[in-house]
Amino acid sequence: MPRLSFREALNQAMSEEMERDPNIFLMGEEVGHYQGAYKVSQGMLQRFGEKRVIDTPIAECGFVGIGVGAAMVGMRPIIELMTWNFSLVAIDQILNNAAKIRQMSGGQLSVPMVIRGPGGAAHQLGAQHSNSFEATYCNTPGLKVVMPSTPADAKGLLKSAIRDADPVVFIEAELLYSEQGEVPDGEFLIPLGKGDIKRAGTDCTIVAYSKMVGLALEAAKVLEKEGISIEVVDPRTLRPLDDELIFQSVRKTNRCVIVQEATPHSSFGGEIAYRVQRECFDDLDAPIERVASEDVPVPYALNLESIVLPDVARVVAAVKRTLYLQ
Amino acid sequence: MATLIVMPRLSPTMEEGVLAKWTKKEGDKIAPGDIIAEVETDKANMDFPLEDEGVLLRQLVKAGDTVRLGGPVGILGEAGEDISALLAEAAQAAGGAKAAAVPAPVAAPAPVAAPAPVAAPAPTGRVIASPLARRLADDSGVDIRRIAGSGPGGRVVKRDIEKAMAQAPAAPAQTAASVQVAAAPAVAVSAQLFAGDEPVALPMIRRTAAKRLVEAKQTVPHFYLTSDAGVDALWQFREQLNASAQAAGGEKISVNDLVLKALARALRVVPSANMAISPDGQTAIKHQRVDISVAVALNEGEGLITPVVRNADSKSLGALAREVRELAARGREKKLRPDEYTGGTFSLTNLGMYGIREFFAIINPPEPGILAVGRVEKRPVVVEKDGKDELRIERRMTLTLSCDHRVIDGALGARLLSEVVRGLEHPMLLVL
Repeated sequence: MPRLSFREALNQAMSEEMERDPNIFLMGEEVGHYQGAYKVSQGMLQRFGEKRVIDTPIAECGFVGIGVGAAMVGMRPIIELMTWNFSLVAIDQILNNAAKIRQMSGGQLSVPMVIRGPGGAAHQLGAQHSNSFEATYCNTPGLKVVMPSTPADAKGLLKSAIRDADPVVFIEAELLYSEQGEVPDGEFLIPLGKGDIKRAGTDCTIVAYSKMVGLALEAAKVLEKEGISIEVVDPRTLRPLDDELIFQSVRKTNRCVIVQEATPHSSFGGEIAYRVQRECFDDLDAPIERVASEDVPVPYALNLESIVLPDVARVVAAVKRTLYLQ
Repeated sequence: MATLIVMPRLSPTMEEGVLAKWTKKEGDKIAPGDIIAEVETDKANMDFPLEDEGVLLRQLVKAGDTVRLGGPVGILGEAGEDISALLAEAAQAAGGAKAAAVPAPVAAPAPVAAPAPVAAPAPTGRVIASPLARRLADDSGVDIRRIAGSGPGGRVVKRDIEKAMAQAPAAPAQTAASVQVAAAPAVAVSAQLFAGDEPVALPMIRRTAAKRLVEAKQTVPHFYLTSDAGVDALWQFREQLNASAQAAGGEKISVNDLVLKALARALRVVPSANMAISPDGQTAIKHQRVDISVAVALNEGEGLITPVVRNADSKSLGALAREVRELAARGREKKLRPDEYTGGTFSLTNLGMYGIREFFAIINPPEPGILAVGRVEKRPVVVEKDGKDELRIERRMTLTLSCDHRVIDGALGARLLSEVVRGLEHPMLLVL
């Protein structure tokens, strides 16, 4: 199987889909002549031309809105946000238009669009450019929310997202763009709403998504040396959520740690914890733990940022608390 | 050294008991084995013997009070011993929790018998445990109140239960008296009370039945098969038997005895129907024995009890009749031992003597079925003779078999019921 970077996998997914369906186009800041702010759309302008790979001004509210309108009349837009931080100036288009048109038109209209781009903290981007917004979008009925953790998942899920009949919020982790992995060639789709066991184990379940899957796997390696067997569950799609996969795992391990990069208050991890306690109450041997960013804006200073963001040591400690090992 | 006397487990399923009558007074000397009280359990009235000797220093509950399993009922010690510390400790531990109409301060440690499987601090109140630990304890019969928790704040967690299970492989239900007193359920009547209505405390036996019946009807997939038996021959057969029995001074045989025998015989002929299924429906036990639970009505309003006639298929009609009579009599007096009303493999219930023609009974899990018997009556029946239909008057009875579909399919149930009918229509089969 070919090895690709995460960004190449995304590029391949978009290119294959655009070859397949002439109604698909890519629009956003720097997607064309600059070859993508993060080089995800490298070569696509040359391949598909200016009508299908469209550079926009710095006007998110405008071009997300154009995407919604285009989708309503039968096109299948992929809207790239340079980062999800900038989705805030387009949020009315996403939450109030894209998410709600199907219901408000009584099913006469749909919005088959993908809004994608990098999200979350990277290195020293400062508070305003380090946001994790998945909870906000997951809290909006009408949207689907996808956060892949591997190049293969990125390709399979993006292809499914593009073919989906409804708006999909597709959040990529900036620090994953250069990650390499094996990616199946050609027609490879992962259904939205289907999670994946990234590592099988017996003693504790770690639920993690996007970049935090890597952190969970590293923690699992550390714990393995102490004889503790970790199962890492990656839901991949946060809405709809494959909670049954999580329940199955927790029923086996009796313990659950949720790892998220987002700040803790009112976050997506809270939703997972709610569902697990609701459905696995009699299977739990310890309170559910959550590892998240500290509850502050992400600092710019490297020493402070590294304290605020989740790390392996915190995941290991949380797992041990569920095992009463401290 | 004075100790608390606590409510023991006198039936396998009891959760609380009514102290029906004290047979020892305060100040009485107690020798090991002495009966200090009678206790009404969920099934029967049982004697409450003590293993230890001393003096009954204090009765903590009145006759008629309901006490949770393990709840203190009295204090045993040396004459003149100071028990104020014990009373105070009990009162403190009890907090506000009080069993229904328990006057004295209750609750506190000190089991009467049987040491705990795992050394544990004296339980003082709520058990702190993970949900999983509680479930595992329930499933394995480990008394979670006797386990020292290793989690934060003494929380009992999975590993503690596993340790306890390893140390006491099969914690038998009979091991004594656990030690916590919780508030006994008050009579909670949700229906609105109008003038003249009054809430009534149900006897233990009915409370237990209420719980088990709801569970049975909700979790066991019932279906019902009804068939008639022509019992003219049976009727004659019974008259002959009873004439002989009377002459010889033997037991009179009832219709119910005959149906009991026919059912037992049918279960022997159709062994696939003689099974018990686990509550989750994933495993079953095939019985070699045919032990029939026979429903016996107690006094009106007191509920019913089902004494078990063991190996009913291999006993003579006379022996069955004697045994049923004797068990029923003791059942009505609530004098049956637990092993006399548990462990049946199939049930029989008969309302014929009340004039009922047919009815549909609720299965008593894990038994796979119950046979409901109606009255014997003369009915007009159409019979074909020499190619012509003619009307005849015949004694007939209607039988309805309730089957657990997880064990008994329609065809199997039909076969079982038709064997019962065959036995009744050809009564000689019942003495073979």
